Amino acid sequence: MQISTRELKTIQTSTQLTFSDVVGSWKARWGINRMNFKVEPGLYSVGNPGNSSHVLVTANYKMSFDSLRKELNGLDVWILVIDTKGINVWCAAGKGTFGTRELLNRIAIVQLEKVVSHKALILPQLGAPGISAHEVSKFSGFKVIYGPVKAKDVKAFINSGMKATAEMRRVEDSAYDRLVLTPVELVGTFKLSLMIFGILFLLNLLGIGPFGFVDFYAYMGAVLVGCVLTPVLLPWIPGRAFAWKGWLVGFTWAVLVNVLNGWTTVPQYSVLRALGYLLILPSVSAYFAMNFTGSSTFTSFSGVLKEMKIAVPALIISIFLGVILILVNSFIKL
Amino acid sequence: MRNQYLKNVATIKLKSDQCTGCGRCIEVCPHNVFQMEDKRSVIVDKDRCMECGACVKNCPFNAIEVKQGVGCAYAIIMGWLTGKEPSCDCSDSSSGNCC
Repeated sequence: MQISTRELKTIQTSTQLTFSDVVGSWKARWGINRMNFKVEPGLYSVGNPGNSSHVLVTANYKMSFDSLRKELNGLDVWILVIDTKGINVWCAAGKGTFGTRELLNRIAIVQLEKVVSHKALILPQLGAPGISAHEVSKFSGFKVIYGPVKAKDVKAFINSGMKATAEMRRVEDSAYDRLVLTPVELVGTFKLSLMIFGILFLLNLLGIGPFGFVDFYAYMGAVLVGCVLTPVLLPWIPGRAFAWKGWLVGFTWAVLVNVLNGWTTVPQYSVLRALGYLLILPSVSAYFAMNFTGSSTFTSFSGVLKEMKIAVPALIISIFLGVILILVNSFIKL
Repeated sequence: MRNQYLKNVATIKLKSDQCTGCGRCIEVCPHNVFQMEDKRSVIVDKDRCMECGACVKNCPFNAIEVKQGVGCAYAIIMGWLTGKEPSCDCSDSSSGNCC
């Protein structure tokens, strides 16, 4: 009797990122082709690994895969890419797609026990919300070792005999880390912004305007405050709730817009319009700043829910009142 | 400067009588919530917890409880609008606002 065996399939990769890899990452940061920036799940080899080489596990989001392999220069290791539908490790772990079941499946598919003689896997620490280490070892025999949070520490982690320092275990959150996440936030607002411009244009056509350049830059400024400025300056803005932080910076912006347009110095500048800006602009900033909770590394579900229960009704009322004031102001001028 | 989020909201609980001091929670926690004291894990700063659930999933003795969820306003709004549990699923739509 002949026992058929599946062929072992591994894919060679390198630690050098090409120009198109870098462009791909840049595009993903701007939301271009971001949901289809994937690599094929499977077992990859870096350098010239053998049956005693380490196995590093990652997601099949290409940016995750690239940021891992570029740190492995000079090492001979395996990379086990599991299918997370093109989502990064931490988010996929939260959704459960970087999970125990997919990991067990992938180990079986690539027949890992035939490739390596040891029984250990190195997982990124941020995969832990999706993985039960004890269950993985119960069902596959492979022991899960949680490596550092950041791929750049992987080499040091391996070289120190799988010891992570406290620093390596903690999620850092620098202004730069937040800055790289802001383009996608900004791109995400385009649709909403276009709708708002469309409505203002219609109002102009109906003669209820005129909405002009000042309204345009006032609004765009409020969006930038909420999507970029507040996230980058986050820890330096007083308070804890994101919506509050965004409101505070947005309020400063609204005052600035009013002053630039001659509030208090030019008598014709209407108080109604000034108040309208003060009610609308900070609320716009607050809303977008609040949405940055999803990109932050330290907000909890309970916390976000708590701030939203206050912020959402307050923002709706504020914007509603502001819109009424601005419209009333336009009617008076007619 | 370190970011701090709202105080006294995190739902994390540790049943110390079930803890064996294996240290897995300390290993997986990205925000240093736990510390080992007298061969048992204790919660040293609950307010740092972001409810990711890594500790719960990886505790072999079920000693930790937390209401795991996404700390994302957009997900919660979509949850309110669609009547579903908030999940990190905005990436499936074209808006792509989170993670």
